[in-house]
Order: sequence, then C-alpha cells, then structure tokens
Amino acid sequence: MSTALVGGRPAAAPRGRVTQANVVRSEWTKLVTLRSTRWSLLAAFIAMTGLGILIAAAQMNRWTHLEPHERATYDSINTAVGGYNLAQLAIGVLGVMVISGEYSTGMIRSSFMAAPKRLPVLWAKIGVFATVTLVLMLVASFISFFVTQAIVTSHHQQHSLGDPHALRTVVGAALFLTVLGILATSIGALVRNTAGGIAFFVFLLFVLPGITAILPAATGDAINPYLPLTAGTAIATSTFENSHHLAPWTGFLVFCGYTAVALVAAAIGMLRRDA
Amino acid sequence: MIIVDHITKRYGEKVAVDDLTFTVQPGIVTGFLGPNGAGKSTTMRMILGLDAPSSGSVTVNGKAYRNLQAPLHEIGAMLEARAIHTGRSAYHHLLAMAQTHAIPRSRVDEVIDLVGLDAVARKRVGGFSLGMGQRLGIASALLGDPNTVILDEPANGLDPEGILWIRNLLKGLAADGRTVFLSSHLMSEIALTAEHLVVVGRGRLIADTSVADIVAQASQNRAVRVRTPDGTQLRDALIAEGATVTTTTRGLLEVHGVESHRIGEIAMEQRLVLHELTPQQASLEDAFMALTGDSVEYHAAGLDRLPTELEQIS
Repeated sequence: MSTALVGGRPAAAPRGRVTQANVVRSEWTKLVTLRSTRWSLLAAFIAMTGLGILIAAAQMNRWTHLEPHERATYDSINTAVGGYNLAQLAIGVLGVMVISGEYSTGMIRSSFMAAPKRLPVLWAKIGVFATVTLVLMLVASFISFFVTQAIVTSHHQQHSLGDPHALRTVVGAALFLTVLGILATSIGALVRNTAGGIAFFVFLLFVLPGITAILPAATGDAINPYLPLTAGTAIATSTFENSHHLAPWTGFLVFCGYTAVALVAAAIGMLRRDA
Repeated sequence: MIIVDHITKRYGEKVAVDDLTFTVQPGIVTGFLGPNGAGKSTTMRMILGLDAPSSGSVTVNGKAYRNLQAPLHEIGAMLEARAIHTGRSAYHHLLAMAQTHAIPRSRVDEVIDLVGLDAVARKRVGGFSLGMGQRLGIASALLGDPNTVILDEPANGLDPEGILWIRNLLKGLAADGRTVFLSSHLMSEIALTAEHLVVVGRGRLIADTSVADIVAQASQNRAVRVRTPDGTQLRDALIAEGATVTTTTRGLLEVHGVESHRIGEIAMEQRLVLHELTPQQASLEDAFMALTGDSVEYHAAGLDRLPTELEQIS
C-alpha cells in the first residue's frame, strides 16, 4: 500500500483548478449517477407525455356523451400540456432532493471542500438540473401536443402549432416546470432537509391555493392570481376557466420573481451558514 | 503548513473551541489528541472552511481555505462524519470530486486501487461497511495528490486488519514527506505514527509538544514493581537510598526514584529474597489520561506544563 503511494505521485501531471465549467461537469456526473434522479426524470417525462394523450383518447372515446358546453369549450392544447399537473410533483421532489440529499448524507461537505467558494456549486447544480428539465420537458410537451392533436382529429378538435396560444402553451409548460425545478432546488438549499423541503414546497405550491379557496370569494379572487402556482401555470394555459388570472407572460414573470427571491435567499444562506 | 490562530467557535452558549492556537508543521505527522467532544472535529471543519470560526483565523499554505484555487491539490481531508452520498457508487463519487479540478479518470482508478476498493467501486456507497467507507474517505483525500492530508479519527471503528492498513498508509504518507494532521482520542494509535502532538481538552490547548518529549517524560518517572517476602526491610533500605516507596499489598512495593538494577543490588547487599523485579512500562495512555482527565484544570500551556502533570500519574 505504502509503496504504491510513494510511487504514485504524478508530479509532472498538469494540475487543474476549480472553475465554474469544472464544477458543472461534476454536477452533471452527480445528477446522472443517482438512481433517484433517473427514476424521477423518467416519471416526469412519462407524466408529461402520457397524461394528456390518455385523457384526450378517453375524451374522444366518449365524445358524444360530453355535455354540449364541454364540447363547445374543449381545448385540445390545454389537454395536450395537462401532463404538467403530474410532472410538477416529480420535478419538484427531485429539485428539492438534488440539494437536500447532499445535506442529509454529508456529501455537501465534500462538495464544499472541492469548491470552497460554494456558490459555483449552487449555480452548477441549478444550471444542470434546469437544463436537463427544460430539454426533457420540451421534448415531452411537443410529443404530447402532436400525438394529442392526431387523436382529437377524429372529432375535428385539432390545433396546429401556428394557432393562437398553441406554441406559447406547449413551450410554456416546459418553462413552467423548469422554473418550478429551480424554485424547488432553492427551497431544498434553504431548508437543507428532504422532508422539510418537500413539505415547504408542497405548502407553497399546492396548499396555499386550497386556503385561498375557502377565503371570501372577493379576497380569494384578488389573491389567487398572484399565488406561485396560479401565476406560474398561466403560461402553460391556452384558454382559462375564469378571468381571475394574470396574462401568461406576466404570470410567468411573477413566478420567476418568487423563484429569484428563494434563490437569492438560498445563496446567502449557503455562504453564511456552516456546512 | 496549517496555521490555527486564536480560533474560537461558539454554538449559542456552548463554546466548542476556545481560543485555540497551534501550527501544523510541514513534512511531519502531527497528532491531534483529545477526548471525544474536545473540539477536534470542529477545529478540522474550520481548517477546511466548512465552519466559520466565531473569532480568529485559519490558513492553509498561507491562505484561507476558501481562497485556495485548487484545494484538493493542496490539502486532502477525511472527516469523521461521512461526507459521501450513499446513493452513488464509489467510482462516481470520486469522479464527481475529480471533475471539479479536471483531475483525469486515470487518477480515480489509481486511488481506488490504492485503497483496495476495486471490487466494490461500482457498488453504491450505502451498502459499504465502516471499513470500506473509511477507505473511500481516504481515497477522496488522496485524489488530488495533496501535500497535506487531514484525517479525522481514521482508525475509528475499524477491525484489526483495517487499523494495520491505516498505520501502514500513514507511514507511507510520512515517508513521502507529506504533512499529515491526524486526530484521535487514542494516544497509543497516534504515538505509533506522529512526531508532534497537539493535545486539546474542552476546546482548549493543553499541550503542543513532540511525541519524543512525552515518551521521555513518561519513561523518566516510571515505577519499578518489587515483590518480596521481606517487604519492610527492603523498603527501609530503598528509602535510605532516596527512593519513594508505596506499598499497596503486603510484599508488593512500587518504587520510584531508583532504577531496577540498583534495587537488585541493594536486595543482594541486604541478603533479601526477591520474587519479582519489574520496571513498569511507561504508559502513553496514562500520560494522555492525565493530560486530559477531568480533574485537571485546563489552561493553555506549552512544554513547561507537561512534566508536572506526568509526574502526577507516574
């Protein structure tokens, strides 16, 4: 053992230093070498492609049994991107875990020993995860759109990408899920604990709307458009059920604003707190 | 070289490290000794920039750890608490660490081979035994081929084979001329490899001295055990010679201040029968216990304090 060590000193080997690009490479390896990541991403991909297609097929099957007003307001673009309702859970949970998993296992100490400035780790982690999410969810969203349109042709409900809101909604679903992932990772970095992070994420995204629903209607309708989930999903919606919502890009910007606040808080916490 | 300069670490009311100052000299093995909870791990985390000191500063090769351009090439560390994601394989853990410094994959294979983890390198770390986990921790520490290595309780929880492996590894690191900073709560473990000792208790410095000094001090004051049926006569003769003699049971003497060969001569002159004449081994563990025992009032002290404390126990 010791002889190998003595002989094993590559004194002449070039010595690299820590750069943002190197840390990105490292974070890519970290992301793809965990089983939980692969399963979560697969689940999100299947949800985003499959759910809309399944529902479209079911609706076409029982088209004649639908209420007339349901048929009149049927929007096959909304149906196509409906998979985000399921995918958001997988992306959110994974987003929390990519960072909380490091805190719970102690891995974060190795990460910070290798990149002691710390913030490059956060940027790389979020950059890699967001890029992977965006690419996968874009592909999934387009697949779902085209297959759904092919299915709804049977009752002439099809849209093309050139139709109003179609492209914005299909791309918007992927954008929403990507920013949702960044928000989840920021929450994970703040809370530093998987169970706590997921609980906080679920509270912010899915519990708050339930609370506004039991408020007096006027108050609820005033608050609701600005809730993270309502604001964020505006961009992934083609036609809206009611008028209490922000314009798609405005809503998306508000959602990005929440995410930016969480991200800045996460970055400050990461710099200041002991690992 | 690691310079720890008056660092203090408070967690609320509790002071984990209290105004600690010492230097880890380059090229030698320095032992960091203290009972559990003395602040060793906290100090190491502060050296590595993981915890920020409440006051004071630490530098590694002249810089704060956070300002090192390529920390893994300068200092490698294995912390007592595991710092590895349990869901990843050993190989991929090391690869991810290596990529931060653009260290080639060949070096990853090299350190895996070095610590003998070839057979399990592709298995998830979660299933590793304690010993395998320690080996992986050491592989991480050596990944960047650093000149300075910090190991927190490397022998903790290892089986005898693992402990022997760690000892040989430390000897190898020392033979390379690397700076090694090694913590333990076991004096015997440290004394085998370390040249220098930094002893802490309750977060404070108790001693900063060489192992040779401690061994010499302990040996100087060692006792000789004498078993004889003529206890009273021998005792009087030894006291006349200037020895200190304590008797615990009839016929058994503990003699200080006179060497064993002289005791034998005195017994012969007096025509007394000896059943046993044994110089007691100077116990480093006892010396350590005396240094860190609860009865001791801790004050930061250098060499000058050591002899008096060693005398108390011998």
